Formats: sequence, structure tokens, C-alpha cells
Amino acid sequence: MNFGVVVFPGTWSDCDFHYIVSEVLHQPVRYVWHRDAQLADFDCLILPGGFSYGDYLRAGAVAGRSPVVEALPEFVAKGGLVLGSCNGFQILCEAKLLPGALTRNECLQYRCQSTWLRVENAETSFTRAMRPGQVLKMPISHGEGKFYADADTLRRVRDQKQIVFRYCSEDGRVVKDANPNGSLDNIAGLVNEEGTVLGLMPHPERAGENAMGGTDGLLIFHSLLGSLVEDGSFLKR
Amino acid sequence: MRARVLVRLKPGILDVQGASVQRALQGLGFAEVEALRVGKLLELEVNGTSAEAARRRIEEMCSKLLANPVIEDFTVEMVG
Repeated sequence: MNFGVVVFPGTWSDCDFHYIVSEVLHQPVRYVWHRDAQLADFDCLILPGGFSYGDYLRAGAVAGRSPVVEALPEFVAKGGLVLGSCNGFQILCEAKLLPGALTRNECLQYRCQSTWLRVENAETSFTRAMRPGQVLKMPISHGEGKFYADADTLRRVRDQKQIVFRYCSEDGRVVKDANPNGSLDNIAGLVNEEGTVLGLMPHPERAGENAMGGTDGLLIFHSLLGSLVEDGSFLKR
Repeated sequence: MRARVLVRLKPGILDVQGASVQRALQGLGFAEVEALRVGKLLELEVNGTSAEAARRRIEEMCSKLLANPVIEDFTVEMVG
């Protein structure tokens, strides 16, 4: 499975993702500069975290209009998978590949901590190696991670099971106290209608080895690899 | 031609920055402040044949980049 890690000016999680994919999962991976729109060789593109340059206007605003992001709809239409973490999630929302928007944390603090996530939908290409209701531990580090969508959009993402992860307590209860940023409905991650684009605020690449404090982030990658059939082509949903 | 674009969070969306500034003002004794919202002012200088044409272009800029319609409203003011 060929992975691409997109690099924007200001990206800082790119090396972590590259390391996890190449050194922990032993899969081919290349960096993709944000001006490069040649995506045909990839099966899965990763938009990592970092303060990309668009943040001067709004988180992900300018990055969401870059050549690589403008090429994503065609990439997705052809069956490609896209994973956006942290700023990558913000960029995917700005680019309208995912619904809603990420706004300033309700606490107004930059939050850098471990969080617990409840798996709400274990039937996507990103979560098939998980169990519904499973509780995962992954860190966050962001100042603008409060998910917002209007009431109609929220109803739609709920009905279509697009909410993949919710912030929860260690024992899996979705409660206000477990919500680190005031996110609507405790939403930590969601997919597009087709289930082929995932955005999440937590950092799976920082939960990839025991030395990092846990390996729950790898489940996303194991899910992706499990989406492949033996001949190497994608398992169509 | 010059224009001012004001970008604000939509009504009903919790403005945590505004609430924080309001609390700070109240702490300084300005208890009469009942609500406060923080926005962004963008000043643009643009080439254009008419103010109306320039305004339409700027509104297009707002829709495409300067504002996020999911969370923000904008107003365009031509100032000369």
C-alpha cells in the first residue's frame, strides 16, 4: 500500500507519520510537497498536523486551497483514501471534503494531553480493525479543535454514521468532562459520506509504539491495510 | 480602490475569545458590557473599473477564502 505524506509550510507531524508507516508498518511512503498535484501513485494520502501557513487567516484556510488539496476530490473519486489529523482535519473541513469546521478551543487554551476516544463506527476503511465501543488512547495537541456544524449537518452526520470517534472517559462514557476542547457532541473524528476520508483531531502517529505510551494509533493503519485484498487492490465497499 | 471586509462568527456560535475579553473588561470595572464578540478586519486595495465590480470580486474572495461560510458572516464596505 503506497502512502503519501503531504508537507505544507509549517507542517510538523510529517516525519512522525513517515516514521510510523516506514519503520513500524514497513509500508512504502513518500513525502508530497503541497504544490504537487500528481497523486496517481498513491493508495492513501496523509495530511499531517502542524501550523500550516493558512492558519494566519483561519486554521487550514490557505492550505485548503493548495494544489495538492484541490487534487484530492479526483483522488478520492478514484478510490483513494485520505487521512487528516489535527491541522489535516482542519484542512479537510476547509476544503469541504468533510462537513463542519474547527474553531478555537472552548477553554481558549492550547491542549496537549492524552485523550480517550470511543469508536463509534467500526465499519470504515479506517476503523475496521476496531470494535464498536472500543476505547482508544491517543494524544491531542491543538488550540482550534472544537468541532462545529449546524443542526442539519449534525443530524446528517449522525444519521449516516459519519461520526467515527468521540472523546470519552477512560471507561467509555461520552461526557462533558472528557471533552478537551468543547467539541460539538464530543466529536473527535469523522468520515465523509463514502467513508473514504477521515479527519480527526487526535494524533494516531504519536500512539504508534509502546515507548510513546501506547499503540492504539496503529489500529487506524491496520484497518487501512486490512482494506486491501490479496492482489493489492482496494476492497470496494 | 479600497475596501474593508469584516469577518465575524455567525450569531449563535459561541465566541470564546469575545467572552474572555468581556470577562476581562468586567474585571477592570466595565460591568456595563453585556456582550462582546471578536471579529477580523481585512483591508484590501484592488484594481477595478467600478466600485460595484470590485465589490462583486471581493464578495467572491470572501466566499472562496476570506470567510468560512460554515461559521462566519462577512460584510464588504467600499471606502474609496
